Amino acid sequence: MKKLMLGNEAIARGLYEAGVTLVSSYPGTPSTEITEFAAKYDEIYCEWAPNEKVATEVAFGASLRGARCACAMKHVGLNVAADPLFTLSYTGVNGGMVIFVADDPAMHSSQNEQDSRHYAIAAKVPMLEPADSAEAKEFVKAAYAISEEFDTPVIIRMCTRIAHSQGAVELCDREEHVLPAYEKNPQKYIMAPANAIRRHPFVEERTKKLSAYGETSPLNRVEYGGTEKGIICSGTCYQYVKEVFGDSVSVLKLGMVNPLPVDIIKDFAAKVDKLYVIEELDGIIEGHLNALKIPCTGKEMFSPIGEYNQTTIREAFGLPQPESVSADTAVPVRPPVMCAGCPHRGLFYTLSKHKITCLGDIGCYTLGSAAPLFALDSTLCMGASVSGLHGFNKAGGKESEEKTVCVIGDSTGMTGHQQNPTTGYNIKGDPALAVNLEALCKSIGIEHVRVVDPYNLKECEDAILEELSVDAPSVIISRRPCMLLKYVKKNPPVKVNEDKCVGCKQCMKLGCPAISMKNKKAHIDFTQCVGCDVCTQLCKLNAIEKGER
Amino acid sequence: METKNVMIVGVGGQGSLLASKLLGKLLTQEGFDVKVSEVHGMSQRGGSVVTYVRFGDKVYSPVISKGEADFIVSFEKIEAARYADVLKKDGKIIVNSQMIDPMPVITGAAVYPEQVLDELRAKGVFVDEIDALSLAVQAGNAKSVNIVLMGRLAKYFDIDYDKWVEAIKVSVKPQFVDVNLKAFELGYNY
Repeated sequence: MKKLMLGNEAIARGLYEAGVTLVSSYPGTPSTEITEFAAKYDEIYCEWAPNEKVATEVAFGASLRGARCACAMKHVGLNVAADPLFTLSYTGVNGGMVIFVADDPAMHSSQNEQDSRHYAIAAKVPMLEPADSAEAKEFVKAAYAISEEFDTPVIIRMCTRIAHSQGAVELCDREEHVLPAYEKNPQKYIMAPANAIRRHPFVEERTKKLSAYGETSPLNRVEYGGTEKGIICSGTCYQYVKEVFGDSVSVLKLGMVNPLPVDIIKDFAAKVDKLYVIEELDGIIEGHLNALKIPCTGKEMFSPIGEYNQTTIREAFGLPQPESVSADTAVPVRPPVMCAGCPHRGLFYTLSKHKITCLGDIGCYTLGSAAPLFALDSTLCMGASVSGLHGFNKAGGKESEEKTVCVIGDSTGMTGHQQNPTTGYNIKGDPALAVNLEALCKSIGIEHVRVVDPYNLKECEDAILEELSVDAPSVIISRRPCMLLKYVKKNPPVKVNEDKCVGCKQCMKLGCPAISMKNKKAHIDFTQCVGCDVCTQLCKLNAIEKGER
Repeated sequence: METKNVMIVGVGGQGSLLASKLLGKLLTQEGFDVKVSEVHGMSQRGGSVVTYVRFGDKVYSPVISKGEADFIVSFEKIEAARYADVLKKDGKIIVNSQMIDPMPVITGAAVYPEQVLDELRAKGVFVDEIDALSLAVQAGNAKSVNIVLMGRLAKYFDIDYDKWVEAIKVSVKPQFVDVNLKAFELGYNY
């Protein structure tokens, strides 16, 4: 039976078919659905870990016990998980372990464009890269076989276009992986110097064996199409090359991108007149060819920035492009915005109004940085707001301490409301222990902890101004569920009384996508407004009236 | 068969992902090789959303690039113009006349270019503009704009009406089937 599946859904199917019993992950676009789909299989224990490092360690524990296990994260998540990864390379595995990492060329929803292949090279672990949903599922099974045969964690590299594209997938049955009796093996799993010194030569030897495996593995394949042009590529680039050239060029498609093979590349190079390497982001395959002294053309023709597509390939090879038309008038950009009724808006409006320096974090609330609120001063990485604020204050002296705040935490709204330690539910929707934020803050010595409703502007303003005047750290918890959550009751949309509205644009300062100016009067889009009433608090003329049910 | 390309564009929250899933499911049942590509994440928050649906004997690339789309189905007026250069020379634009101001227009930094579709028509582009929001409201739910537009697209497809109906039935929640079938019919017969 064939089913149309997202790349991430196909990965989850692969986990199921491979007999995996544990998946621990941290959500991050474009990797999130791997774990969400895996959680639909009762045979797999799934959970959201508090971060990627913990997720990787949880998977390690499952592997140590002998189970087939996985963790998934976006590319920047692998930075967080790098610590366990590098030493996992030395311990190797008991049950097969696969780490899924999703890169985001073009940064559709990311803060940088890093190439995860560098991690596979640096940590000396094998990395596979599928080119569509069907391959994604098959590569998962291949990865578990490699993991157990070569005693290594395996990384599967996804990218946005593979993770978030649907293609046909053939469904197979699950093969149960029998949990062996646990045997203690301190020399292998206690990475104290005396043991680690013995494991490093094993890692080097393993890389040689994996390289030899890649020479004959069906993961790497050649599709001959004449001798004029030969193209080496992997992942989504393979699809773009085939789209443009069909079978008219020879292609070496690499499914295993670390370690890279030597003999098949030399052999392929010898059979074609001109050799090209087409890879998104960094020139890693090209660098490998350079080291082998095989002449090729790569990054001099293709940018290390952003995604490729058919147009990029045609342009690089000087091929004709299809005709197209466009309008003469420029269409204004449409950046993502905080939704109508977003609970972050009231708080950000208040911070913006009082021109308070605000170090931000990563999530929906990063959108508070945009016009017209301009409420944030920085967004670096997960968690950098508190530590960054500390440095900012200490370097800036007493004056800056009085005017700066940081904003953190929004219950994984951007990635689609995954459960986290404060929600009181697990990934399957069953009740779980909820961390009490007020108690947590107090337990680490913060005396000033208060909760505000961000829909109440007066409450927000009082809390912020009062807490800024206190000579001690304060935590203000702005508490309101995301209005996209199904259980959140929406109010009827508010309406503008055009007789009262003078077009002062005070309500426009909120940057609510539901409010616009039509014929010099405020206008509220009934399809977007959820009746949060924040704009009504700003209107001095009471021109915005509650809607009727 | 040569690969056919349908690009679906709109504003985050308008339901374009469901439309692409419906189309993908239907085309798979019709026996085509199908690829559907979407970008989630930031685009969910009122940003510009793009989905590609490609079908044929063998589909390689998951994306539709400049000058390749047979159809652009746009859920919002100016989103159709934003991606007009992706349309094939003799391609068709199906567009909802609903206007949703992007943030630069809301803040006054830009003007909403209401005339932009006329510019495309003047250049010979086929533009089928329908008030999908009114039809969706008429069907019983403003959120069924996506299915109204699929109804319109169906007019240009060589697939039986009943097969679309079946695909809708398995793509939407049971309680919304009737509204969506009405929405589909209104779009189809507009």
